[in-house]
Amino acid sequence: MARAAVQRRLTWQPATVAQVRTETESARSIVLDVPGWPGHVTGQHVDVRLTAEDGYAAQRSYSVASAPELDRLELTVQRVPDGEVSPYLADVAEAGDQLEIRGPVGGYFTWRPEAVEPVLLVAGGSGIVPLMSMIRGRAAANSRVPFRLVYSARTPDDVIYAQELSRRVRDDRGLDVAFAYTRGTPAGWPRPPGRLDAALLAEVGWPADFIPAVYICGPTGFVEAAANLLVAQGHEPQRIKTERFGPTGDREAAA
Amino acid sequence: MTAGDRPLDRDEWVDGNEAAGILQEIFTMDITTARGRCAGCGRVAPMAETRVYDHAPGLVVRCPDCDAVLLTVIRAPDRAFLATTGLTYLEVALPESATSGFTGA
Amino acid sequence: MAIVTRGFTGRGRRDVNLPPGQYLTEDFPVLSAGPTPRPNLDKWQFTVTSETGQRFGWTWPELRALPSETVTVDLHCVTRWSKLGTHWEGVSVDTLLADVDTAADFAMVHAYGGYTTNLPLADLLDGQAWVAYRYDGEELDPEHGGPARLLVPHLYLWKSAKWVRGIELMHEDSPGFWESAGYHNYGDPWREQRYSGD
Ligand SMILES: Cc1cc2nc3c(=O)[nH]c(=O)nc-3n(C[C@H](O)[C@H](O)[C@H](O)COP(=O)(O)OP(=O)(O)OC[C@H]3O[C@@H](n4cnc5c(N)ncnc54)[C@H](O)[C@@H]3O)c2cc1C
Ligand SMILES: [Zn+2]
Repeated sequence: MARAAVQRRLTWQPATVAQVRTETESARSIVLDVPGWPGHVTGQHVDVRLTAEDGYAAQRSYSVASAPELDRLELTVQRVPDGEVSPYLADVAEAGDQLEIRGPVGGYFTWRPEAVEPVLLVAGGSGIVPLMSMIRGRAAANSRVPFRLVYSARTPDDVIYAQELSRRVRDDRGLDVAFAYTRGTPAGWPRPPGRLDAALLAEVGWPADFIPAVYICGPTGFVEAAANLLVAQGHEPQRIKTERFGPTGDREAAA
Repeated sequence: MTAGDRPLDRDEWVDGNEAAGILQEIFTMDITTARGRCAGCGRVAPMAETRVYDHAPGLVVRCPDCDAVLLTVIRAPDRAFLATTGLTYLEVALPESATSGFTGA
Repeated sequence: MAIVTRGFTGRGRRDVNLPPGQYLTEDFPVLSAGPTPRPNLDKWQFTVTSETGQRFGWTWPELRALPSETVTVDLHCVTRWSKLGTHWEGVSVDTLLADVDTAADFAMVHAYGGYTTNLPLADLLDGQAWVAYRYDGEELDPEHGGPARLLVPHLYLWKSAKWVRGIELMHEDSPGFWESAGYHNYGDPWREQRYSGD
């Protein structure tokens, strides 16, 4: 769903927080009302700009979490403890607050419902966000393309969208999800906690001869490691698309 | 903090995707899907596959193979400075049309 | 005019004692335009090259054996944060240039990793600039430019090259990394010389 592409210069637009939702102890989803928002292609991001009373401004990128929609979008932000922007979005913002966004942008790390090849999604920590937009967009478009998500989180409590994911695994045909935990597992979990490794990816990922389109997202170090593992398993580098979120999550949230 | 207690590689970069916003502001089209050629090592790849250092006075886009600076953007309140320092070309997809011959002498 | 976001303060605060357009920060933000260089101290060298090609070099132990100074200075980054009263220890550039016979008017500062920045030689002299290797009583962290960085606090911080490895003296001025990318050639924070043309 996207409005006819009117050639307009990309610029900052006001957005109003419509609702905030706690996802985990350290992550919140923020629903934004943006009059004239044209919708997006799943996987795209926006730039968010916050301006303080005294004129000080900071901007960061955030992936769109929701399925494409007009006039409205949803972000999910993981708090980085010593961060400048994420603590505001994850803790302070509330309904009625205003900020500015620029987007949607990025035509590379995107998935379109017309695509027919199977899709392997690999998320580390908050890297789930743009992949969740793909999962939601797939359902909204009634796509039956096989989707498999491998989601690495610190502990079960750090899994964002946990309930929605288990509901979708039940209801969205052709979607399945495998979790990997780096610090703590549920009771009786078959594997000890640890970094995503070759054995685990071979077990829960897809073989390279399935020729999936691969999307990897998360902290820079996680994405690097996961991409190398998949290439070593025979996945073609050209079929692997990556979105690195920077160093932050590495120390705290994910992998 | 001393040098010893930090991971050696701080991974202070993100993918070229991150530059999509500021580049689209300048070019009015998505440049991250355009392919660029590195003047340093000749690598040709989509701009989304470059490395972006954004915790800097400007945006610095580097070649993932040889670390050469491909492009920088400095954003002033009312203007931007774009330097395509280390790109020999940028290949941009356009709607198909008849190619016309060159004009002039 | 940008929309003000309620409840957002960010790292910066306005303060009357700052150059125009700057905000006070208590943190020490880390800026990097590329991978953090980690030169091996056994091979580390600081080199001054005069405009006639004469070279003066110091190894790491030699640099550390030179008389040092401790200074307390304010830092002003062109990205709009300022940090006041920072403590440094290092060798004055006057000391490094003491034996150099030069008629040059300009200098290009070179850093490990390929970064460069230019400035008038006069701005490096008379107790205005140091090659600093200790910050806040400790060895300088690589993320802040260790083992040694240039410190020229009266200009925007991009002139204070991190991971510094040498000074090249020149008759003619020539722009460094940010100066050729659109930042101001001189960069005086009190005159808000941020961008080329300011
Ligand atoms: C395309 C894209 C999409 C993203 N989508 C999401 C999302 O959906 N949800 C989400 O929670 N986050 C997302 N991020 C990460 C987000 O943009 C911020 O980096 C994150 O929220 C931290 O910002 P901050 O201001 O809180 O921390 P900062 O104040 O920026 O940083 C905190 C600490 O980490 C270091 N640091 C962080 N990033 C860098 C960097 N790039 N280079 C050097 N040092 C760095 C800082 O030096 C500091 O020590 C995305 C990033 C990108 C590039
Ligand atoms: Zn290259």
